Amino acid sequence: MRRYLAVLSCALFWAILVYGVPDLPDLGDPDAPSHKHVVPEYIEGSYKEAGVTNIVTAILANYRGYDTLGETTVIFTAGITVMLLIRRKWK
Amino acid sequence: MKPEPETNDIILRTGASIMVPLILLWGLYVLIHGALGPGGGFQAGVILAAGFILYTAAFGLGETKKILTMKRVLLLASTGLLIYAGVGVLAIIFGGSFLEYGVLPLGHSPAESSKYGIEMVEVGIGLTVMAIMVSIFYDIAFNGE
Repeated sequence: MRRYLAVLSCALFWAILVYGVPDLPDLGDPDAPSHKHVVPEYIEGSYKEAGVTNIVTAILANYRGYDTLGETTVIFTAGITVMLLIRRKWK
Repeated sequence: MKPEPETNDIILRTGASIMVPLILLWGLYVLIHGALGPGGGFQAGVILAAGFILYTAAFGLGETKKILTMKRVLLLASTGLLIYAGVGVLAIIFGGSFLEYGVLPLGHSPAESSKYGIEMVEVGIGLTVMAIMVSIFYDIAFNGE
Protein backbone atom coordinates (compact mmCIF):
# COMPACT_ATOMS: atom_id res chain seq x y z
CA MET A 1 0.00 0.00 0.00
CA ARG A 2 2.74 2.43 0.97
CA ARG A 3 4.61 1.59 -2.19
CA TYR A 4 1.60 2.45 -4.37
CA LEU A 5 1.20 5.67 -2.44
CA ALA A 6 4.83 6.58 -3.11
CA VAL A 7 4.51 5.83 -6.83
CA LEU A 8 1.28 7.82 -6.99
CA SER A 9 2.79 10.85 -5.29
CA CYS A 10 5.83 10.70 -7.59
CA ALA A 11 3.57 10.55 -10.63
CA LEU A 12 1.51 13.46 -9.33
CA PHE A 13 4.59 15.58 -8.75
CA TRP A 14 5.92 14.68 -12.20
CA ALA A 15 2.59 15.71 -13.75
CA ILE A 16 2.72 19.07 -11.96
CA LEU A 17 6.26 19.71 -13.24
CA VAL A 18 5.32 18.71 -16.81
CA TYR A 19 2.30 21.02 -16.63
CA GLY A 20 4.70 23.89 -15.94
CA VAL A 21 7.10 23.11 -18.79
CA PRO A 22 5.25 24.93 -21.63
CA ASP A 23 5.45 28.16 -19.64
CA LEU A 24 9.26 28.05 -19.54
CA PRO A 25 11.08 30.44 -21.90
CA ASP A 26 12.54 28.90 -25.05
CA LEU A 27 16.10 27.62 -24.95
CA GLY A 28 18.48 30.49 -25.74
CA ASP A 29 15.69 33.06 -25.88
CA PRO A 30 17.36 36.49 -25.51
CA ASP A 31 14.20 37.87 -23.88
CA ALA A 32 14.16 35.24 -21.14
CA PRO A 33 14.06 36.76 -17.64
CA SER A 34 17.34 35.11 -16.71
CA HIS A 35 19.04 36.96 -19.59
CA LYS A 36 17.46 40.31 -18.78
CA HIS A 37 18.29 40.84 -15.12
CA VAL A 38 22.04 41.06 -14.35
CA VAL A 39 23.53 39.24 -17.32
CA PRO A 40 23.83 42.31 -19.62
CA GLU A 41 25.64 44.12 -16.81
CA TYR A 42 28.08 41.25 -16.40
CA ILE A 43 28.74 41.01 -20.14
CA GLU A 44 29.40 44.74 -20.47
CA GLY A 45 31.16 45.22 -17.16
CA SER A 46 33.47 42.25 -16.95
CA TYR A 47 36.08 43.94 -19.13
CA LYS A 48 35.35 47.59 -18.29
CA GLU A 49 35.03 47.20 -14.52
CA ALA A 50 36.80 43.95 -13.65
CA GLY A 51 39.47 44.17 -16.38
CA VAL A 52 39.36 40.50 -17.35
CA THR A 53 38.24 38.98 -20.63
CA ASN A 54 36.91 35.80 -19.04
CA ILE A 55 33.37 36.60 -17.93
CA VAL A 56 33.19 33.48 -15.75
CA THR A 57 36.25 34.60 -13.80
CA ALA A 58 34.87 38.12 -13.48
CA ILE A 59 31.62 36.81 -12.00
CA LEU A 60 33.42 34.28 -9.79
CA ALA A 61 36.05 36.54 -8.30
CA ASN A 62 34.65 40.04 -8.65
CA TYR A 63 30.85 40.18 -8.68
CA ARG A 64 30.49 37.19 -6.37
CA GLY A 65 33.71 37.53 -4.42
CA TYR A 66 32.06 36.84 -1.08
CA ASP A 67 30.59 33.63 -2.43
CA THR A 68 33.96 32.41 -3.67
CA LEU A 69 35.63 33.33 -0.39
CA GLY A 70 33.03 31.17 1.30
CA GLU A 71 33.65 28.34 -1.16
CA THR A 72 37.36 28.42 -0.47
CA THR A 73 36.62 28.35 3.25
CA VAL A 74 34.35 25.35 2.73
CA ILE A 75 37.14 23.45 0.96
CA PHE A 76 39.61 24.41 3.68
CA THR A 77 37.19 23.30 6.40
CA ALA A 78 36.52 20.01 4.59
CA GLY A 79 40.25 19.30 4.44
CA ILE A 80 40.73 20.11 8.11
CA THR A 81 37.79 17.85 8.98
CA VAL A 82 39.25 14.93 7.04
CA MET A 83 42.55 15.50 8.84
CA LEU A 84 40.88 15.51 12.25
CA LEU A 85 38.77 12.43 11.51
CA ILE A 86 41.23 9.99 9.99
CA ARG A 87 44.78 11.21 10.54
CA ARG A 88 46.65 9.18 13.12
CA LYS A 89 50.18 10.52 12.93
CA TRP A 90 50.69 14.26 12.99
CA LYS A 91 54.11 14.58 11.46
CA MET B 1 50.68 -0.41 10.03
CA LYS B 2 51.45 -1.42 6.50
CA PRO B 3 54.88 -0.72 5.00
CA GLU B 4 55.03 2.11 2.54
CA PRO B 5 53.92 0.97 -0.90
CA GLU B 6 56.98 1.04 -3.13
CA THR B 7 56.66 0.33 -6.80
CA ASN B 8 59.30 -0.78 -9.23
CA ASP B 9 57.06 -0.43 -12.26
CA ILE B 10 59.43 1.02 -14.84
CA ILE B 11 56.63 2.08 -17.19
CA LEU B 12 54.87 4.01 -14.42
CA ARG B 13 58.12 5.59 -13.24
CA THR B 14 59.26 6.63 -16.72
CA GLY B 15 55.82 7.91 -17.63
CA ALA B 16 55.51 9.83 -14.39
CA SER B 17 58.93 11.44 -14.70
CA ILE B 18 57.89 12.77 -18.11
CA MET B 19 54.31 13.65 -17.21
CA VAL B 20 54.67 15.23 -13.75
CA PRO B 21 56.65 18.35 -14.84
CA LEU B 22 54.24 18.89 -17.73
CA ILE B 23 51.19 18.51 -15.47
CA LEU B 24 52.60 20.96 -12.93
CA LEU B 25 53.51 23.43 -15.68
CA TRP B 26 50.05 23.14 -17.18
CA GLY B 27 48.52 23.67 -13.75
CA LEU B 28 50.48 26.90 -13.38
CA TYR B 29 49.37 27.97 -16.87
CA VAL B 30 45.71 27.35 -16.00
CA LEU B 31 46.23 29.27 -12.73
CA ILE B 32 47.79 32.34 -14.36
CA HIS B 33 45.49 32.41 -17.38
CA GLY B 34 42.28 32.23 -15.37
CA ALA B 35 41.57 35.86 -16.18
CA LEU B 36 42.18 35.56 -19.92
CA GLY B 37 40.70 32.23 -20.89
CA PRO B 38 39.20 29.07 -19.47
CA GLY B 39 40.69 28.24 -16.12
CA GLY B 40 41.04 29.60 -12.63
CA GLY B 41 42.06 28.74 -9.13
CA PHE B 42 39.85 25.73 -8.48
CA GLN B 43 40.76 23.93 -11.70
CA ALA B 44 44.45 24.77 -11.40
CA GLY B 45 44.56 23.56 -7.80
CA VAL B 46 43.12 20.20 -8.78
CA ILE B 47 45.53 19.85 -11.72
CA LEU B 48 48.54 20.66 -9.50
CA ALA B 49 47.32 18.19 -6.89
CA ALA B 50 46.91 15.54 -9.61
CA GLY B 51 50.56 16.06 -10.53
CA PHE B 52 51.66 15.42 -6.96
CA ILE B 53 49.35 12.41 -6.66
CA LEU B 54 50.86 10.87 -9.81
CA TYR B 55 54.32 11.53 -8.38
CA THR B 56 53.31 9.75 -5.17
CA ALA B 57 51.88 6.81 -7.12
CA ALA B 58 55.14 6.35 -9.00
CA PHE B 59 57.81 7.15 -6.42
CA GLY B 60 56.11 6.46 -3.09
CA LEU B 61 54.91 8.64 -0.26
CA GLY B 62 58.39 9.21 1.16
CA GLU B 63 59.61 11.04 -1.93
CA THR B 64 56.59 13.33 -2.03
CA LYS B 65 56.83 14.05 1.67
CA LYS B 66 60.36 15.35 1.14
CA ILE B 67 58.81 18.17 -0.91
CA LEU B 68 55.35 18.49 0.63
CA THR B 69 55.52 17.64 4.30
CA MET B 70 52.28 17.54 6.29
CA LYS B 71 53.24 20.81 7.91
CA ARG B 72 53.92 22.53 4.60
CA VAL B 73 50.64 21.28 3.15
CA LEU B 74 48.69 22.76 6.04
CA LEU B 75 50.72 25.96 5.79
CA LEU B 76 49.99 26.25 2.05
CA ALA B 77 46.26 25.71 2.60
CA SER B 78 46.11 28.42 5.25
CA THR B 79 48.27 30.76 3.18
CA GLY B 80 45.91 30.49 0.23
CA LEU B 81 42.91 31.44 2.32
CA LEU B 82 44.94 34.20 3.97
CA ILE B 83 45.86 35.64 0.55
CA TYR B 84 42.20 35.72 -0.46
CA ALA B 85 40.97 37.33 2.74
CA GLY B 86 44.08 39.55 2.83
CA VAL B 87 43.29 41.03 -0.58
CA GLY B 88 39.82 41.81 0.73
CA VAL B 89 41.18 43.50 3.85
CA LEU B 90 43.80 45.40 1.76
CA ALA B 91 40.92 46.85 -0.25
CA ILE B 92 39.43 48.15 3.01
CA ILE B 93 42.79 49.65 4.01
CA PHE B 94 43.03 51.49 0.68
CA GLY B 95 39.62 53.02 1.19
CA GLY B 96 37.19 50.70 -0.55
CA SER B 97 34.81 48.08 0.67
CA PHE B 98 35.74 44.44 1.33
CA LEU B 99 37.06 42.71 -1.83
CA GLU B 100 36.72 45.88 -3.94
CA TYR B 101 39.77 45.25 -6.11
CA GLY B 102 39.47 48.52 -8.03
CA VAL B 103 40.94 50.62 -5.20
CA LEU B 104 44.16 48.59 -4.90
CA PRO B 105 47.21 50.50 -6.18
CA LEU B 106 48.24 47.78 -8.65
CA GLY B 107 47.56 49.28 -12.06
CA HIS B 108 46.88 52.54 -13.88
CA SER B 109 43.10 52.23 -13.84
CA PRO B 110 40.57 50.59 -11.50
CA ALA B 111 39.95 47.94 -14.14
CA GLU B 112 43.65 47.07 -14.30
CA SER B 113 43.98 46.92 -10.51
CA SER B 114 40.91 44.75 -10.45
CA LYS B 115 42.55 42.37 -12.93
CA TYR B 116 45.62 41.96 -10.73
CA GLY B 117 43.45 41.66 -7.63
CA ILE B 118 41.52 38.84 -9.31
CA GLU B 119 44.81 37.14 -10.23
CA MET B 120 46.00 37.30 -6.62
CA VAL B 121 42.72 35.87 -5.40
CA GLU B 122 42.98 33.05 -7.96
CA VAL B 123 46.48 32.22 -6.74
CA GLY B 124 45.10 32.02 -3.20
CA ILE B 125 42.29 29.70 -4.28
CA GLY B 126 44.76 27.56 -6.23
CA LEU B 127 47.09 27.15 -3.24
CA THR B 128 44.27 26.19 -0.90
CA VAL B 129 42.64 23.71 -3.29
CA MET B 130 45.97 22.07 -4.17
CA ALA B 131 47.05 21.72 -0.55
CA ILE B 132 43.69 20.37 0.61
CA MET B 133 43.52 17.86 -2.25
CA VAL B 134 47.02 16.60 -1.47
CA SER B 135 46.20 16.47 2.24
CA ILE B 136 42.99 14.46 1.70
CA PHE B 137 44.93 12.15 -0.60
CA TYR B 138 47.60 11.60 2.06
CA ASP B 139 44.97 10.89 4.69
CA ILE B 140 42.76 8.56 2.67
CA ALA B 141 45.33 6.72 0.57
CA PHE B 142 47.77 6.10 3.40
CA ASN B 143 45.24 5.70 6.20
CA GLY B 144 46.45 8.74 8.05
CA GLU B 145 49.99 7.55 8.54
